[in-house]
Amino acid sequence: MDHLVHQFWSSTIDGLTVGSIYALVALGYTLVYGVLKLINFAHSEIFMIGTFAALFTLHGLNVTGPQTGLALVGVLLLCLAAAMAASSGAAVILERVAYRPLRKRGASRLAALISAIGASFFLREVFGIRYGRDLIAFPRVMAKSSLFRIGDGNVRNDKLLVVVAALVLMVVLDRFVARTRLGRGIRATAQDPETAVLMGVNIDRVVLLTFLLGGAAAGAAATMFGVFFEVTQNIIGFVLGIKAFTAAVLGGIGNLRGALLGGLTLGLIENYGASIWGSQWKDVIAFTVLVGVLLLRPTGLLGEALTRERA
Amino acid sequence: MSHRAAWWRGAAALAAVALVLGACSSSKKKVATTGGTTGGATNAAGIKIGFFGSLTGPNSPQLGINERDGVKLAVDQHNKKSGATQVSLVEYDSQGDPAQAPQLAQKAVSDKVVAIVGPAFSGESKVADPIFEQAGIPNVTASATNATLQTHGFKYFHRGLANDDAQAPADAKFLVKKLNAKKIAVIDDASDYGKGLADGVRKALSGLGATAVVGATAESIDPKAQDFSSTVNKINAAKPDAIFYGGYYADSGRLLKQLRDAGVKVPFESGDGSEDQKIVDVGGQATEGAYLTCACADPTTDPKAASFVTGYKSAFNGNPAIYSAEAYDVANFILAAVESGATTGAAINTYLNTNSYTGITKTLKFDSTGEVTGGSIYEYQVKSQKVTQLGVVDQLVGG
Repeated sequence: MDHLVHQFWSSTIDGLTVGSIYALVALGYTLVYGVLKLINFAHSEIFMIGTFAALFTLHGLNVTGPQTGLALVGVLLLCLAAAMAASSGAAVILERVAYRPLRKRGASRLAALISAIGASFFLREVFGIRYGRDLIAFPRVMAKSSLFRIGDGNVRNDKLLVVVAALVLMVVLDRFVARTRLGRGIRATAQDPETAVLMGVNIDRVVLLTFLLGGAAAGAAATMFGVFFEVTQNIIGFVLGIKAFTAAVLGGIGNLRGALLGGLTLGLIENYGASIWGSQWKDVIAFTVLVGVLLLRPTGLLGEALTRERA
Repeated sequence: MSHRAAWWRGAAALAAVALVLGACSSSKKKVATTGGTTGGATNAAGIKIGFFGSLTGPNSPQLGINERDGVKLAVDQHNKKSGATQVSLVEYDSQGDPAQAPQLAQKAVSDKVVAIVGPAFSGESKVADPIFEQAGIPNVTASATNATLQTHGFKYFHRGLANDDAQAPADAKFLVKKLNAKKIAVIDDASDYGKGLADGVRKALSGLGATAVVGATAESIDPKAQDFSSTVNKINAAKPDAIFYGGYYADSGRLLKQLRDAGVKVPFESGDGSEDQKIVDVGGQATEGAYLTCACADPTTDPKAASFVTGYKSAFNGNPAIYSAEAYDVANFILAAVESGATTGAAINTYLNTNSYTGITKTLKFDSTGEVTGGSIYEYQVKSQKVTQLGVVDQLVGG
């Protein structure tokens, strides 16, 4: 406990930073689950594709060292745009190739799940063969400097960027689903696909939109990840994907705000737990808490429904 | 709701399957043969020796490739000698994954290889060595340094370099005596190798009057994950004089980056798993000044090894790297046995146990347990983004 007291603020800051990335990736799992009741296991590879897109953008722009001012903003926005485009594009293609044909033939959800796992392997291996299996380093985009201190914690510019960007994107997405016509389509389909069709909702378009949004969030997460951790690899999405899926379940899968709450909670639990018992206990602690929460609240912290989202 | 419950059970079962599959997603076996092509008339049957190590895996394939190239060079040079018994090299790509090692070792047994260079890693050695022992295949590792590998009385096990029982005390001695560190953070990656080395350092520190202020019993990062912040925060709070990390370069590179970004500036030392130029590719400027130890010498600076270096360069378009020279020596020792007329596993084993071989890194002579006698530990440092040999640890700390 002594360690927790001494490292409380630094653990909190790092927990929130990593938690924000979990939350953005968790969005993809939660959106697709909410609409299709499908766990899109290939989502971790959608994220991986985003990191590669961000990396190639940096290479394309010939960025080799830290940028400042407008150049930094420009580079970050370009990376963000490229990664979001690549990830959402990949997600949409994935839906067309791996899920829609099954859905059209009325295949069971388990068949779609197998298809998802297959797609995940396929993408991971293709990138492994094409770009090697070693870690690939990102050039440093922004100089990492301390902004201010809270207790023992150091608020660094890149950490703040990750958290703020994630929060902004979450709010935008939440408002989009709650307020717009397209968002209403998503909610209607999640609630009752058959009735939604009767009411004139184009299911195919809704599903496509769902994958597009989830992919875009993963792309944003990938950019943040690239700026923060500065590495990628063909298997980079694997552990993160499991963590993000966990975050989605913890918060209540199918629930957008649940993804945010779950991501941040998971990030904090991991870091607090690690500071008390040692980093090797991180996953044990995180998953113990997950099981504990599910025992008390089987549908996660905020409950499952995308449909019950307050409009 | 019951419909959904059933769905969840199915999903959970599949999720478990996905995890298991994910763990062995890269389980392709690649067995390639080289050599034995020149003047095939000499010995049509040929003799097969195996190389066992990671060539494509996500976990430090470089170590395996360096060694494989060293072995390949030795075999190719051997086959070109006139009248030589032709030897072919069979590669067993374990991807550094202990889970894949048993079936791959069985494959080597059924391929009837007469000797093995490897396994390259300690984890895979633990599961593969007993299989080689049972089959009577002499195995000589050129890089697996976990000290507990030889505690079973194996007769066919050999190690062509000093083990972690020698490396860990040298690491600790360098930190305490040379860098004057009293409070040291000891971190590992929870692998057989990394944890073993870190435990050795922990043990050696108390004898030198220093203490492990972080990781006194254990502090492990998860090499598969990216976020090491909890470990970094611990180190930042404990303010040690130096940091020791037991693990491989891809992870020490990332750990160093996160440490330096968090403002931890104290000296950093790691073992042979990190002694690779690739640590700089991953960690960049953060690796500058990092100390790395290895039971291996840098052949590129050794005049005695000049012909090996030239041969290696022309064959593989690059300088020999960590363990290339050790693997070359070990392979040459086995080839010397073949040349003496030993063509079975048992005969080669007897030859290895009773003879010595003067290679480019050291004179290989095995004691009764198969450990090499008198191997040195070398200290390296990242200088101007290049891993540079400083010298033998015992000489650097002055005795």
